[in-house]
Parts: sequence; structure tokens; C-alpha cells
Amino acid sequence: MHKITDKAGWGVVVGRATGILVLLAGILFAAGLCNASPSDDNPVPSIFQPHSTPAESIYHLSVFVLAITAVIFLVVFSLLAYAVVKFRNKAAGAEREPAQVYGSTQIELAWTIIPILIVVVLFLATARVIHAIQDAPKPATAVEVTAIGHQFWWEFRYPVLGIVTANELHVPVSDPVHPTPTFLKLLSADTDHSFWVPQLAGKTDLIPNRVNEMWMDPHQTGIYLGQCAQYCGTQHAKMLLRVSVDTPEAFEAWVRDQKRTADQDTKEIAGRRVFETTACINCHAVGGTAATGRFGPDLTHLMSRSTIASGAAENTSENLRLWIENPDAIKPGSLMPAMKLSDADLDALLRYLETLR
Amino acid sequence: MSSDVMAIQTAEGIADRPWVQTLHEWVTTVDHKRLGILYILYALLFLVIGGIEATIIRVQLMRAHNDFVSPQVFNRMFTMHGTTMIFFVAMPLVFGFANYLIPLMIGARDMAFPRLNAFGFWLTALGGFLLYFSFLGGSGLYGAGNAPDVGWFAYAPLTSRAFSPGHSTDYWTIALLVSGFGSISTAINIITTVLCMRCPGMTLSRMPLLAWLNLVMAGLVILAVSPLTAAQIMLSIDRYLGGHFFDTQAGGSAALWMHFFWIFGHPEVYVLVIPAFAFASEIIPVFSRKPIFGYPVMVAATICIAFIGMSVWAHHMFTIGMNSNANAFFVFTTMAIAVPTGIKIFNWLGTMWGGKIQFKTPMLFCIGFLFQFLIAGLTGVMMAVAPFDWQLGGSYFVVAHFHYVIVGGILFCIFGAFYYWFPKVTGRMLSETLGKLHFWLFVIGFHLTFDAMHIPGVLGMPRRIYTYEPGRGWEIWNLIATLGAVIQGLAILIFVANLVLSYSRGPKAGNDPWDAWTLEWSVSSPPPSYNFASIPTVSSRRPLWDRKHPEDPDSRYE
Repeated sequence: MHKITDKAGWGVVVGRATGILVLLAGILFAAGLCNASPSDDNPVPSIFQPHSTPAESIYHLSVFVLAITAVIFLVVFSLLAYAVVKFRNKAAGAEREPAQVYGSTQIELAWTIIPILIVVVLFLATARVIHAIQDAPKPATAVEVTAIGHQFWWEFRYPVLGIVTANELHVPVSDPVHPTPTFLKLLSADTDHSFWVPQLAGKTDLIPNRVNEMWMDPHQTGIYLGQCAQYCGTQHAKMLLRVSVDTPEAFEAWVRDQKRTADQDTKEIAGRRVFETTACINCHAVGGTAATGRFGPDLTHLMSRSTIASGAAENTSENLRLWIENPDAIKPGSLMPAMKLSDADLDALLRYLETLR
Repeated sequence: MSSDVMAIQTAEGIADRPWVQTLHEWVTTVDHKRLGILYILYALLFLVIGGIEATIIRVQLMRAHNDFVSPQVFNRMFTMHGTTMIFFVAMPLVFGFANYLIPLMIGARDMAFPRLNAFGFWLTALGGFLLYFSFLGGSGLYGAGNAPDVGWFAYAPLTSRAFSPGHSTDYWTIALLVSGFGSISTAINIITTVLCMRCPGMTLSRMPLLAWLNLVMAGLVILAVSPLTAAQIMLSIDRYLGGHFFDTQAGGSAALWMHFFWIFGHPEVYVLVIPAFAFASEIIPVFSRKPIFGYPVMVAATICIAFIGMSVWAHHMFTIGMNSNANAFFVFTTMAIAVPTGIKIFNWLGTMWGGKIQFKTPMLFCIGFLFQFLIAGLTGVMMAVAPFDWQLGGSYFVVAHFHYVIVGGILFCIFGAFYYWFPKVTGRMLSETLGKLHFWLFVIGFHLTFDAMHIPGVLGMPRRIYTYEPGRGWEIWNLIATLGAVIQGLAILIFVANLVLSYSRGPKAGNDPWDAWTLEWSVSSPPPSYNFASIPTVSSRRPLWDRKHPEDPDSRYE
């Protein structure tokens, strides 16, 4: 109908449309990714695949917010695209200027009032969820965990159960009918950190000299991934989190195992001697022995964890050897020193560590 | 200042004079136009440096477990990239354009305090130099010669001596302290100039929107930079004089630093975006051939943004464990600020509506700005919803959001401003062909990078990590983001080439190449050193419209 004398007009619209298509494609792709089957054990920590009430409340609120913002976007974008196409300068050369309109009180009033109404609705919806999550009362059946952030690992203490572990958190699955949520107190031993396991809850920071609280009630067993979400220094990137949501029986079994102190009759006396007479005990603790260091992770049940160095490497004997010999090869800048042990001492030490189940 | 009248610089004139004399004139200048150009050139240099830092970041992140750079280098890169782009690119660009344009647009011969103006520029320049000297001089956690690696917001207690020994953090602190005083000087100058030096007939309600918006920006600078300066001093007292303001090991407060920083940091983003709004408010009317729609509301909305903008800062702190009422308060104020901001988008749309839009390069960039700022504002509304922010905050979603605002919004307007006012500053037009190439390449690169970047955030990728685990679904999006960064770099090179080539070979511009309506287009290109032979008198918001259309002057309708 119209001769497109100025291609740039259409070009701008096409460019805009392409941008949207890329964005939409991305969202669809991500949504597709989110449908990983449970047997994958949740490899993609997507905020749109919640498995716990706080994460689910956030998810439902976010869908509502996304719907509103999508509508606003479509309306305004359509007006922009229409204006760019319809009001482009069609005839070249000197011509009369268009009508010089300075404003319109009615229109401006309308496009002030409508956004104010949207803000009121959004605010009320948001305030409800804030209070529901932050002011949730702690039931008597809650499992209590104190999480202490360190550079660059997580300490988890269960004060009521009398357990100390590191980096891999175990919590019981929570049945909505008979809930057993986990309530965490968040502390820090050094700098700011942030506990973020997207599928279980929003993130909450661990700030030194301050006590923060959060909770989760996972509805589905499995491993959930996360990591520190507040820059805390060189190895912030490898301060990973694994949360194991266990069946009630598996959780009981895990608690029982964790309560045991280390086997005193271990035949790995040589390795234990290496551990207890070098600097290891300055930082690490092994329950029931002379090692009571708190700067580094508690190693009493080291072999019950599937990773070491806060998720930076799998817990294999090769990696354990490398970690003690040359931690910078796995996590450069971590506060674990290279222990400079002789090969014989290192072999013995590793055999001892492997008894810490 | 020399008592000689500054000669109009012709190409022949420059060749006759020894280069030392030219250099001396520029170094000792107090002329707002030259200082404006100095600010802008300074910013362009740091734009390239900051862009290299960004490229290093993107190359490192394009694959899981990449080892292009060590974590130590990476952490310095994101710290320096953020600090450079905010303090030594965006702010100097804003001050540079303000300095150049405000006197010309209000009919004045210079800024109110020319020497303070020069002082402000040289303080900013010194700040940038100090920050980058840290690469050589700042002994840090890892030995000699290291740039700060504490992040551009330098949260306590990471910045304490215990966790950041040596001096790299101090270079960050002192560089920003010094340039902060430069910013405050310029802000005082802008406020005084706009309030006291308008030409006869130019009441506040007849002032170009650029002057209004820069006035509001300058007020925000004074309100925002002061707490940052105080915090820098407190941090230095902690580090060297035995203070414990932020020293949590001795009872100090990490959250206190956050409050001080963000009460600077949030108004700071309005300091950057409001001048971008000013450029859009000058360019869109001219290329739509209509006056700005709703001038009074545009002014009122900007003042609202400035006021409300002082009350939203803790939306950067939703995850630190404030109680539910505090969080709800900041949700409310943050959502409230979306109203005047959204109104401005509608007003620009209203300006285009019914117009005769010319798709010259300045207008292309402003249309891009409108589209991208709309999206950026909407992702901002998402994060105003505190629970949603508990997921999205501190992740790549936030990084995507603020780059959408700063690059997709502010930088696009700044590019528009370059193409619009380059003819006035140099007397020559920038190439339209290269301009359109710059625009399209940059749009493609920008969207590849920053559209893709939202997704890893949603999939759990935090920010400021030098590497990440494979198998979390983050890799493909990081790769796409890196590809887009390369394309943007290419576009910037084309832009720089355009600037350099057009300076000597562009077609002559004349006084008024765009048929515009504000006073700067009434003088020659480039303007004489004294701006106006005689100070003009105005009777409306568009004095040149009145001159060109004496049968239908604006003064009849305002």
C-alpha cells in the first residue's frame, strides 16, 4: 500500500522484532531446559523449577509479575512500532511541518493513573509474599541448622542434633501434611557470603557480626545445587553448595553416622600421627581426637561427602592427594596451604583420611 | 587566563602555531567548550580500556572451567571494569556534554565558575590516573603492582586490612575520593550556571529540557557523592587510623558500608540516566519535527524521580536480612519510581506520534534507547518485587538488567548525542553511512550479549565468578554473550573511525544542519570562543522555531 521510501523505518521495526524473538527463544529454551527429569538430580538450578515453599511462593509471584510486565511491554512496544512505521517522513524535500502538539492533559492523566494502579496491585501482592516468607513461624518439628560462611567453604552445625559438617547440607524432605522444614541461622566468620540454592529458596546473605535467618521445606528428595552469591574474595566462584534432601529414614541414618566420632582403633596409626603432628590440626577437626581446629572444614566424616574443597573437585583419592599437595591446582587462592609432605607421609595420611567415613 | 582573544582555529592557523602552544592552551583552558571536549575525549579513552576489561571477562566466561585468566586477574578485571565505566566513562561523558552545551543552550558565554570547571576536570583526570596507577604501584594480596579486586562496590569487610592487605584497595578509595570532589565542583557549577546565567526572556519554564535535567542531575550529584566521600574517609580511617566503622571483627558493621554505598549508588544511576533523558528530549523532537510532548510534566517527572530516587537505595540490599517491613518499604518506593520514569517514555512516544520521523543516526539511537529502556525498566520492576529479587539479585539477571540500562539506554543516548552535536563542536558532519553501520552492528551485538545474559541468572548463575561448573545450562548463553561483545567492540571501532575520519573529511555542517530549535544552533559550527556576539533574548522554549516561523511562534501557545 505505502511505498517504503525510507527503509530505515522498516529496518528499525525488524531489528526490534528480531530482538524480541531472540529473547523469546531464549526463554523457551530455558523453559525446555528446566524440564530435566528428576533422575538427573536437578543439574540445572533454575528458579523456575522450585521444590520448596519459599521458592514456590516466589515462583508464583514471579509468574504474576512477568505477566503484567509482558502486557506492558507488548502495549508500549506496539505503540512504538506503530509510531515508527506510521509517522515516518514519507516525502523527501521541504514540506510543511506536522501539527505542533504540545501535550494533552487527559492523555497524560490517564497514563499516570494506570501505572499508579498497577504499582498498587504489584505492591500488595509483593508485601504478602514478603511477610509469608520472612515472618513464617518456626514449627517445633523444624530441623535447626547454623550455617557459617568462610572464605571459601560452608560450615554447617546442627546444634540440637550435635553434628558438625561442611559444604554438603543434608535435610529431610518435608511432607506438606506433616511438615519438617529446615530453619537456618546464617553467620559468617570473615567476609560477606550468600546462601543460594535457587530451587529451594531465595538467597540470604551471611554477614559477619550479624545473624540472618532463612528456611526451606523441600518437597522432593534429591540433590540440589547452588553456590555462594556474594563476592567474598578470590575463590568466591568455587564456594559451591550441595543440598541433599533425604527421606526421613535416610536423614536419620545420616544423622546417626555423623554423630559417631572417628574410629579410635584405626590401623592407620602412621597417617593419623602425620595428621596430628603437622599443621593439619591447626585448621581441621576430627571428632574424638586431638584435632580441634575450626578454621577449615571438620573432617570427621570427610569420606561421607561426594566432593571436596566446597564442591571444587570430586572426592576421589587422586583429588584428595592433589588438594593436600598443591591446592592451587584445584582452587587457586583458597586458604588451604600446600602441606609439603614427603611422599611417604602423604601416602600414610591419605590412607588415614580414607578411614574418616 | 590569557588576555588575548582566542583566535578562531582554522586548519591553517593551527599549522602556524607550535604544538607546544596549542597543548599549553588546552591544558590551561577554562573555556567550557574545551573542558567539555577534554572530558569527552578522556571518557572515550577509558571507554576503550573498560571495553578491553569487559572483553577479558567475556572470553574467560565463554566456557566452563576456562583458564584464559587466573581468578586473581579476573577479580581485578570486573572491579576495574565497573569502576572505570561508572566513574571515568559515564560521569565524564555526562559532565562533558553538560559543560559544552549548557551555556550555549541558555544563551551564556561560559559556565558560572570557569576556573572551578577546570579544577573539576583535572581532579577527575587525576582520579582516573590514580586508579590505573594501581596496576603498577598498588601492592595487594598477591604481591606488587595490583589493581583493586574488591568489586566496584567494595563491600566491607572484604576491604579491611585483614582481607585486602597492601594498597590496591587504597588506590580505589583515593581515586574515587579525588574524582568525587571533581564531580561536586562540576555540580555546583552547573546549578549556579543554570539558575543565574540564563539569557533575558529565558524563564525556568522556557529553558531547554537539557538544562532542566542537568540541573536536577547536579543536585543529585551533591546529595549522592557526599555519602560516598564520607564512606571512603571512614574506610581509610579503618584501614590506617585504627577505626572500626566497618570492621566486623571489632564490632563494626558491614551493613553500614552497604547503606553508605547504596545511598550513593542508587542516585548515581539517576545521575547517569537523567542526562541521557536530556539528550533524548532534545533529539526526538527535532527528528519528529514536533515539540516535546508535555514539557511541564517532563520537568515534574524528573524532579519526582530525583526525590523518590533518594529513597530506594536498599533495593540493592534486599538479601541482607532486613526485616519484612523494611523490605516492603523499599519495594514500595522502588515501584513508585517506575511511574514518573514510565511517564517519560510515554511522553517521548507522544512526541513521535503524529510527527514526520527522520531516521537519521541520532534518531536511530534514540529509538533504540526507547525500546531498550522500556525492557530495562520492566526487568527493574521485576527486581523491585523483593522476593523475586531474592532469586534474581546478585545473579547474571541483575548484570543483564543494569547493562541494559547503561549500555542499551544511556550509551545509546550518548551515541545519539555524539551524532547530533558533533557537527556543532567540529563544524563537520559525521558519516551517515558509518553511523548506520555503527548503529546496526551495535544493536545486534548488544542484544546478543545482554538478551542472552538474562538466562544464566534465571538458571542460578551468580555474578563475579571467574568460572562455573559445566552441566548447569549456563555455557551456551555465556558463549552467545561473548560473541555479542566482540560485535559490539567492532561497532565501537567503526564509531571511533567515524569520529577520526569525519573530523577532517566530513562534509561541512553549517550552523544548523538538523533544522533544530535551540540556541546552540544559532551560532557558527564550531562556535566562537565567546559563544554569542550579542546575548540573545528569547520568548519561548524554541527560540529558533520562532525565528524560522514568525507567523506561528511558540510563544502564542505556551
